[in-house]
Amino acid sequence: MTLSVRIIPCLDVTDGRVVKGVNFTNLVDAGDPTEMASLYGIEGADELTFLDISASSSGRETTLDVVRRTADQVFIPLTVGGGIRSIKDVDQLLRAGADKVSINTAAIARPELIAEIADTFGSQVLVLSVDARRARTDSGFEVTTHGGRQGAGLDALAWVEQACELGIGEILLNSMDADGTRAGYDIGMIKAVRAVSSVPLIASGGAGTLQDFAAALDAGANALLAASVFHFGIHRISDVKAYLSGAGYCIRESSLQ
Amino acid sequence: MIAILDYGSGNLRSAQRACETTGKKVVVTRDRGIALEAEGLVVPGVGAFAACMQGLVAVGGDEIIRQRKELGRPTLGICVGMQILFSEGSEKSRGASVSTSGVGIWPGEVSRINSKILPHMGWNTVQSDSSSILFAGIENESFYFVHSYAAKKAVGELSAWGNYGEPFIAAVEDGSLMATQFHPEKSGVAGLKLLKNWAATL
Repeated sequence: MTLSVRIIPCLDVTDGRVVKGVNFTNLVDAGDPTEMASLYGIEGADELTFLDISASSSGRETTLDVVRRTADQVFIPLTVGGGIRSIKDVDQLLRAGADKVSINTAAIARPELIAEIADTFGSQVLVLSVDARRARTDSGFEVTTHGGRQGAGLDALAWVEQACELGIGEILLNSMDADGTRAGYDIGMIKAVRAVSSVPLIASGGAGTLQDFAAALDAGANALLAASVFHFGIHRISDVKAYLSGAGYCIRESSLQ
Repeated sequence: MIAILDYGSGNLRSAQRACETTGKKVVVTRDRGIALEAEGLVVPGVGAFAACMQGLVAVGGDEIIRQRKELGRPTLGICVGMQILFSEGSEKSRGASVSTSGVGIWPGEVSRINSKILPHMGWNTVQSDSSSILFAGIENESFYFVHSYAAKKAVGELSAWGNYGEPFIAAVEDGSLMATQFHPEKSGVAGLKLLKNWAATL
């Protein structure tokens, strides 16, 4: 009996559609979020992540509706991130059917938000999303905001340690250098964050080959998030799972349909 | 009819939709009479033991669960909704260990899991007994867990075990009172099958 490695497709949603770009720019349409969520559920996704990148409030309302419709038909955990600034935002998403929320910019602006959410809903709902890049900070890794466009003036490892103390339940570590490049996860960054944290760690950004997934696990990731390789059919979730299973990692298999 | 107890904890919408797949009518309620009379009662729960217990007592849920047990009416606790059925929960709050009394139907303490990485988050297998009602036909499946605390001593007629750093109770069957530490409503097809197995006892 071993905890399985989780494979998590990430759906970047704006105005009710899934989009995907390279390094957070050049967005292209990738499909209907609820339909894609259902398909990924059938293919064996262990969780789903929606990242709401809508700029407008009407776009956010649409995303809330997408969360509702998805949670009604897909019975696996659903994490929603993007634009969450308050307890009220979290409450609204959890009521719509999200199981976890991921926060990023708002927590950097006001770290107490982490403790407030954890105290109200429990640490298990709270994923700290860290968009980090290599830079000349103490640890060599810097936190960025605004989709990786701006440095936050924060050392990534110091931030992770602080957030763990405030009560996060999980870390989603996204390499801004690797995002969308399919050149492999940033292994050094995963190792560094693993060394300073004791909550589950989701690796994100850069998945390309099947070997990339295994390398992230060897570096200390507990779960693997990817977007473009799944959306554009480069790998199916079942291929990733079959590869990892063959390489000796514990994955969830189900004989039920 | 299945009633889902609304006492301010748990993802009620997901629990409702998942229970609806059993074919039963499902209501989310905090009405004492409905919760007591329903064919089946689901007690969800996420977050901290103390907060859940407080919410449960505020709607009279502890009494409802006790009465249903005495009357032999089926009740299913999920996650913290299972933990609060034990006599005591011990949780760390701001560095200090705080102990809270539970509903106390089952003896024993719910305590922190001895594992390097917590919460225990994700899909894990469960070791169940061949005579289990809940796990019939889904003995080799994985279920979705999210918790840092667990009960570690067998209670009731049947206990199913999980393992994460150490063995812990993953599910209990005790006559009309049953419970799972994992979330069947988030455990895909296997979880829906477990709910169907439970609904078949109503």
